[in-house]
Amino acid sequence: MEDVVNAVVLVTNFLVVPATAYGCQLALGALGVTLVYGVLRFSNFAQGETMSFGAMVTILFTWLLQSWGVGLGPLPTALLALPVGMGVTAGLCLLTDRWVFRFYRRTKAQPVIFLVVSVGLMFVMNGFIRFVIGPADRVFTDGTRFLLTVREFKAFTGLSEGLAIKTTQTLSLVVAVVLVVLLFWFLEKTRTGKSMRAYSDNEDLALLSGVSPEKVVAVTWLIVGALAAVAGTLYGLDKSYKPFTFLSLLLPIFAAAIVGGLGNPLGAIVGGFVVAFSEVFLTYPYRKFLAYLGPEGWRPDGLVQFLSTDYKFAISFFILVVVLLVKPTGVFSGKSS
Amino acid sequence: MSFLVGEDLTGGYGGPDILQGCAIAAERREITVVVGPNGAGKSTAMRALFGMLKLRSGKVRLDGEDITALAPQARARKGMGFVPQTDNVFRSMTVQENLEMGAFVRDDDISDTLEEVYGLFPALKDKRRQPAGELSGGQRQQVAIGRALMNRPRVLMLDEPSAGVSPIVSHELFERILDIARGGVAILIVEQNARQALELADKGYVLVQGRNRFTGTGAALLGNPEVRKSFLGG
Ligand SMILES: Nc1ncnc2c1ncn2[C@@H]1O[C@H](COP(=O)(O)OP(=O)(O)OP(=O)(O)O)[C@@H](O)[C@H]1O
Ligand SMILES: [Mg+2]
Repeated sequence: MEDVVNAVVLVTNFLVVPATAYGCQLALGALGVTLVYGVLRFSNFAQGETMSFGAMVTILFTWLLQSWGVGLGPLPTALLALPVGMGVTAGLCLLTDRWVFRFYRRTKAQPVIFLVVSVGLMFVMNGFIRFVIGPADRVFTDGTRFLLTVREFKAFTGLSEGLAIKTTQTLSLVVAVVLVVLLFWFLEKTRTGKSMRAYSDNEDLALLSGVSPEKVVAVTWLIVGALAAVAGTLYGLDKSYKPFTFLSLLLPIFAAAIVGGLGNPLGAIVGGFVVAFSEVFLTYPYRKFLAYLGPEGWRPDGLVQFLSTDYKFAISFFILVVVLLVKPTGVFSGKSS
Repeated sequence: MSFLVGEDLTGGYGGPDILQGCAIAAERREITVVVGPNGAGKSTAMRALFGMLKLRSGKVRLDGEDITALAPQARARKGMGFVPQTDNVFRSMTVQENLEMGAFVRDDDISDTLEEVYGLFPALKDKRRQPAGELSGGQRQQVAIGRALMNRPRVLMLDEPSAGVSPIVSHELFERILDIARGGVAILIVEQNARQALELADKGYVLVQGRNRFTGTGAALLGNPEVRKSFLGG
């Protein structure tokens, strides 16, 4: 019996907890992709770099706060800097819309043109970010590292397997839940939120109902920028911040948005968790887990790992391909294939 | 001068001109009907009146004011309502939200208008929490018309309101439209079912290839042998 409990703790510690935190980060990132798709009708490849930019601004401001000796005690100082990152990133999104996307909107460019333009923007932003903060790996989390340590858990339960929960993991969950609740309240209950949904649902009808497209677009960018800054910062806090990682994060983010159905916010959240859990569960070596469940003294010969962690992005890719083949509109029926 | 006037409307979707100088006018408290063969440009003319088409020439006037340069949102604020031929509801939004969107440009209390619309279309009240995309064709048309009414329009343009609706429901729908006209609204209807529509019409236009072919009172058009032969099936 104790072996079974140990096995469960093992899975929780190494799979469920990290995957939940990662799922929250992906969900926030995918929400940005899906909102841009719903309102502006194109796949924004600059989303990863927008997250990176938001994290960068937050980090720079965190350093400033730290140099002033300002902190949040047990919580990372970055949490205090986050609103600044959100604001600046939202502003950047408005600016790039004004400087780049608005022109193509006025000329009624095809979605694929927008997509290519966003790829260009992605490279420019990536260069800018590396220019400002450099390509190095940055760890910027401070405060208490663990909410629950392995030792505390073992002492409390007397089990041989430990369970640790990092502060940053808890933070990812709490912040994501708060933001998602706020976002849905905004979309469901407020006049502006409803006009955004209406515009996303049926552009022509929204226009002739009196909705101003420029306002809807501006509000969308504000939200997308703010969410991206949070997603990037949470990811950076949880792992570490490195400008290069955000290019490869695009794949799981798009996989999440497409699994849930592009343009469908609820779908993006579910998609984020589907991708995160698949990635983590399929790259974990189950050797020790099976040893707990099998007969006494027995151990599987190999690592019992479906895929090496080097291939974790292949999982997003695989999910993406399967969804596009089987149900191109996503599980929750988004707007388009 | 008529309440809503489109003069010499010329333009299209970037290719050849679909509208070639057609003229349409609607009067308050009256029903004006536009009929014509498929592809004649009836829907295009409606879009032009609502500012959703780039005109090469021509003018649109509302209550004597030149509104040719106004965007659709601005025309909605001026009291124009439009029910397009297709995609005329927000499918993912509930019936009630659709109606609320219809009142988007209003800043005052909309609850009275909401009750009026539910009074006009009682079936919608039971389905107010249901997404409009899940309703039957007839009820969807009711949502579409209700949405346009929520703005308390002075002009209501309806593009084939009876399309895809059973004859009974369509008859009912026209009764409601007559009620709306009696309330002082100028009504402009495009209809596929030309005979039924012309019977109610105070005035009718027959549009062919983006031009006015015949104009007259509903009765006159119904009595015109040429119109009967070409457009009403004898
Ligand atoms: N969005 C569009 N882009 C390009 N061409 C269009 C568009 N909509 C309509 N057309 C073309 O304009 C012409 C007139 O179309 P319109 O829809 O105005 O006709 P209609 O009289 O309303 O026909 P119906 O009775 O079938 O509704 C047609 O040749 C059609 O192919
Ligand atoms: Mg038509």
